[in-house]
Order: sequence, then structure tokens, then C-alpha cells
Amino acid sequence: MSLIEIRDLVREYVIGGQVIRALNGVNLTIERGEFVAIMGPSGSGKSTMMNMIGCLDVPTSGRYVLDGYDVSALSEDQLAELRNQKIGFVFQNFNLLLRMTALENVELPMLYAGVPPRERRDRAMEALERVGLKDRMHNRPNELSGGQQQRVSIARALVNHPVLLLADEPTGALDSRTTEDILGLFEELHEQGNTIVLVTHEPDVGQRAKRIVRFRDGRVEADEWMGADLGTAEDGAAAEETAAGTAEADAPRTGREVARRGD
Amino acid sequence: MAIEIIRVAWRSLRSNKLRSFLTMLGIIIGVMAVILSSAIGLGTKNGVTKSVESLGSNVLTVMRGSAQSRGISQGVGSATTMTADDVQQILDQDPDVAYASPVVTTNAQVVYGSNNTNTSIVGTNDSYAAIRNVTMQQGRYLMAQDVMTASHVAVLGSSVAQTLFGGRNPVGETILIQSIPFEVIGVAAPQGASGLASADDMINIPYTTEMSLLTGNNRISQIVASAKSPDVMYRAQLEIESTLRVAHQLKAGMADDFNILNQTTVLNTLGNITQMLTILLDGISAISLLVGGIGIMNIMLVSVTERTREIGIRKAIGAKKGVILFQFLLESLTLSVAGALLGVAIGGIGALVAGRLMNSGNLFSPVAAGLGVVFSVVIGIVFGVYPARKAANLKPIDALRFE
Ligand SMILES: Nc1ncnc2c1ncn2[C@@H]1O[C@H](COP(=O)(O)OP(=O)(O)O)[C@@H](O)[C@H]1O
Ligand SMILES: [Mg+2]
Repeated sequence: MSLIEIRDLVREYVIGGQVIRALNGVNLTIERGEFVAIMGPSGSGKSTMMNMIGCLDVPTSGRYVLDGYDVSALSEDQLAELRNQKIGFVFQNFNLLLRMTALENVELPMLYAGVPPRERRDRAMEALERVGLKDRMHNRPNELSGGQQQRVSIARALVNHPVLLLADEPTGALDSRTTEDILGLFEELHEQGNTIVLVTHEPDVGQRAKRIVRFRDGRVEADEWMGADLGTAEDGAAAEETAAGTAEADAPRTGREVARRGD
Repeated sequence: MAIEIIRVAWRSLRSNKLRSFLTMLGIIIGVMAVILSSAIGLGTKNGVTKSVESLGSNVLTVMRGSAQSRGISQGVGSATTMTADDVQQILDQDPDVAYASPVVTTNAQVVYGSNNTNTSIVGTNDSYAAIRNVTMQQGRYLMAQDVMTASHVAVLGSSVAQTLFGGRNPVGETILIQSIPFEVIGVAAPQGASGLASADDMINIPYTTEMSLLTGNNRISQIVASAKSPDVMYRAQLEIESTLRVAHQLKAGMADDFNILNQTTVLNTLGNITQMLTILLDGISAISLLVGGIGIMNIMLVSVTERTREIGIRKAIGAKKGVILFQFLLESLTLSVAGALLGVAIGGIGALVAGRLMNSGNLFSPVAAGLGVVFSVVIGIVFGVYPARKAANLKPIDALRFE
């Protein structure tokens, strides 16, 4: 069973009587351990897709199964629990709580998971150490640099051991050196076995992922695998075919490629 | 988790101290008003009861009424028909009357040595002390002998004695009332502060003396009488009325040319007035609490809007509806409870001060304080629910997009 299975996903917004299809029949499968970049021009539906994958929003139609849970069948509270247990979010603007210290921010997901205080503290400190911010744990977000704040939010995303790390333009607000730091951290986390889905419109950020899913007009336009360890020729062909072919062809192929990649 | 949510709520209130305080102000004033209104109500009631009782219980006062002159009323006090003879008839004929005394009142300049004062000279007889509960601090009261001989003797009210003699013993000294020498035979014990004219600021002399030397006629301004017991007050009142009608030769159909004031009626009337006062103040407190509650709701709604993003973040990382609901409800509850406790503190001090000012012991009512707090808690919940629900029902995605 794949970690993420998305079939014919549609998300419509109605503004002033006009229907906008932000997602127009998306098919996508992501396996455990993948490092995927979602790319595409502005307005192509990347953020909407992220919100779907992150269970922050529900589709107008179509199916989304995360780690065996059919998301469309879940209540609001069950979705909250799913986000809490399965997903770690990293946002472009960090989204830390400004009145709390770094440590308290990292403790928050465990608070909602009902982890006892002492364990919460230990695990939060551990997570901050992992992102290299142990000495700043009593600082509030406004006392930290952008890169440091993003590290705090990565620590917060990791602390409940999620099956999926979701990052929407995580380097969008950072300078190039800090961007390099954060991307290095993502690569490290990927090597440790975390599944990462990252949205970006910057090509050099996307290049760091092992797979790029390209969006256009609310659809998957291309699905490419990167890196020398893969059969690049065949991947290229697959990507072209996906881009040109129907959405239905997308899913099985992706599955096969991933299976191939596994061996 | 509950403890953490309480901490979160507390922290958010503390980070906006001034606003939190201003929000609480409505509740503070409301609870304070509840406590003060009950204190003032109780104090007024105590004061009125005390002062009325200090003038004697079971007391009936007969005042001159209005004379009818060819059917045209001349106004209260214009009749001049009451005499000492009326008093005698009441005593002879009315079985439920225990004592009755004539009262002649005038104001006069009183001099002792280099001290002088203007006070009311109340001419009466020996029964007056029994009717008005006068007890002696020094010397003796008027006796029947003094009245019969119209002797120049005076009993001083305690404050008059203080004014004229300071700390010295006035008994046996001679004072001048409108330049006529009187021997002081006694000083009455203080009757306590009373809302009405002070019973301590007057001088009693025999009414016969007052008539012949000060007023120059034989009319009396009042008759005070006491019933044999509180139960027969009304019967005594009816007896006096019929005796006086006969004495004044009033025909059937003619109105009384006197008014009888019944102490119990006065007490009840004053009781009703203070009760109305208390109800009015309670109403004002309730409205104030309500306004305070609306203030809390208003600020909580502002707070929910301001913190939409925070709510979005919390929901994104796994806060369920109930947790957000509880957090915001707790904030409004904390505001109202803290406001109520501050209100109790300030109101308590106010009640203490009022007790001192009104000379009336402890006026702090724990019942009123408890009611105020309970009402505030209810208001905190009622007016907190809507904003809290609004926060809890925010869609995480909308909340995160909010700028
Ligand atoms: N909450 C919303 N209400 C209305 N339209 C929206 C909303 N969110 C996104 N859209 C529309 O959906 C389309 C895709 O948006 P988005 O997913 O944010 O694109 P991207 O992140 O790729 O720039 C855009 O046309 C955008 O205007
Ligand atoms: Mg976007």
C-alpha cells in the first residue's frame, strides 16, 4: 500500500458565482521514503494540492488515501488527529506562535497528542538538537533569524514522528545561504528515511528532490525522477508520456517506477 | 492537558494586560455595585430602624391637622385646637393607651456663661421619658410636681449639655433660656444618631412653664402617646381619634382636624422605601454586569479575529475543536472570574467604609458577594460561548490564509 494515493481529485472554489477549478482531476501516488518536489507556475494549484495532502482542506470530489485512511470519510476532529499523528508541516512563513519560546512551539504537537509534560520536554529538546538549535530553545521566534525560525518549525514538524513531511515553499522567505542550509537538512532527513513532499517554484530547489511532479492548470503535467542512480532514459520517457497522456495512465506508471526504484 | 490550556489562556490575557483590565472593568463595577447596593440597603434599613426605635416603640404621635374654614382647608398645622385637656381625656377614656404627653415646641437661644446655642425647647411632662425611651445620664427627669408648679427646671439633651458645659457636670447649674434662668436638673443619655432631627439636640422643660414663659398661649403642637403593647397600636389609634373628635366637637362627615402618626406605619413605609432603593440598585448592578458581559464578548470576538492565524496553526498541528473552544471559553471565564474577585475586594472595602460612615457595623454581605461571583461566571460562559465557538469552527485552511 502506498503512503499517498490520489485519484481524480478535484477542488473547486466558488467566487462571486464563478467556479474556479484549482485542481482538475489529479492522480498521484507517493511511496514511503520518497523526496518529491511539486513544481509549477504560480496559480497552477500547488498550494491547493499541499492543503489536500496535508488534510487541511477537503476535496470537492475524488479520493485521497493517506497511510490507509480514506480522508474524505473522516470528521473534522479525526482529520485534526490525522494531521497531528501523520503529518509534519513546514510553511513558507514558518507559522510559529510568537508568544511562545522555540521549545514551547516544538512541544505543541505533542501537547495535542496527549504526551505527558516531561516526555514532551525531552523530545522537544531532542528535536531542536537535531536541527542544531538546542542553545536557542528559550528564545522566542522574533529573537531568531529566518533560517533559525524555519529550523524550529522543522523540529516542530518532526517531533511527533510523522510519516510525511510537507513543506510549502519552505525556502521562499530565506536568503540563498540559509536556503542551502535548510535544503541540506531536508536531504539529511530524507536519508534518514523520512518521506518529504516539498512545494517550490525555484528550479534549483526542485533539483534537490529525487522526483519532480509538475503542475499546470490544476493537473499533473509531468512526473520526473532525478539522479544518476535511476534509469534516466526510461524516466524521461515516462515523464513525457505522463505529460502527454491521460491522467489514468499516470498512476500505474508511477507505481511501477517506484517499484523499480526500490530494487 | 487542561493545565496547559489554562496556561495558554492566562498567558494570552497577560500579554494584553491593559485590555484585559478594561474588559474586566464592567464585571468589576457590576460586582462592586451588587455588594455596595446590598450594603447601602442594609445600612439604610439599620439606620432607619434604629432611629425610629430610639424615639420609642409603640409610639403614636398626634399632630395638629388642618382647620376647616367654610370647607376650605387651611393646611397642615393650621388648626390650633389641641390642648393639654385633650391629653387628659385620652388618658381617662382610652383603655389601650399607656402614656400620653403634651408637647409644646419652640426654638430659643440658650446661654450658659460665655457659651450659647440655639436649640429646640420641648415642653412636656413626666410621662414623656417613658414614651420616648429617655434614660438619664446625670440627675433626674421632669416630675409631675415640676409640671404642676411650672418650675424653672430643665433636662438637657446630651449634645446640648456638651455644647454648653463641655465635660463638666451641668446638674445644679443655672442656664438662661431667652434670658430666663432655669436650673439644670438632669442630662439625658444619648439616643444615638438618627436620620431625623436629633433627639439629643433639645432641652425638656415642663410644658406649663413653656406655655407661660415662652409661647404665651395654651396650645400644644403635638401629643405623643404610647400604646400598651405593639399589638394594640391600631386600636389605641382609633380610640384616640374618636376621643379627640368628641373633644373637638367634630360632626359626622367633618374631617379630623388632627393627624395621627403610627410608628409602625412609619417604620413600614421607610422599610418599603429602602427596599425599593435596594431593588433599584440591584437592577443597576445587574445591568452593569450584563454590559460587562457584552464587553467580554466584544473583546473575545476581536481576540478571535486577531488570533485567526494562531488558531489556524494550532489546528494544523492537531488541535481539535474542543481544545480551541475550551481555550477561548477559559479566557472569557478567567476575565469574568478575575473581574468578579476584584469587584468583591473593592466592594468589600466599600462596604466596610459604608459601615463606618453609616455607623452600622458590618454591611458586607457574603450572600451578595457570592451571587455577584456566580452571576459573573454565568455571564463569562454565556458571553464567551459565541466567540469560542466561532474560533473552534474556523476551517484550518481559511485560518492559515488569514492575514
Ligand atoms: N481560497 C481560495 N479561494 C478562491 N480561489 C482560490 C483559493 N485558493 C486558491 N484559489 C485559486 O486556485 C488556483 C490555484 O491556487 P494555488 O493552489 O494557490 O496555486 P499555487 O500555489 O500553485 O500558486 C488559483 O487560481 C487561485 O486563485
Ligand atoms: Mg502557492
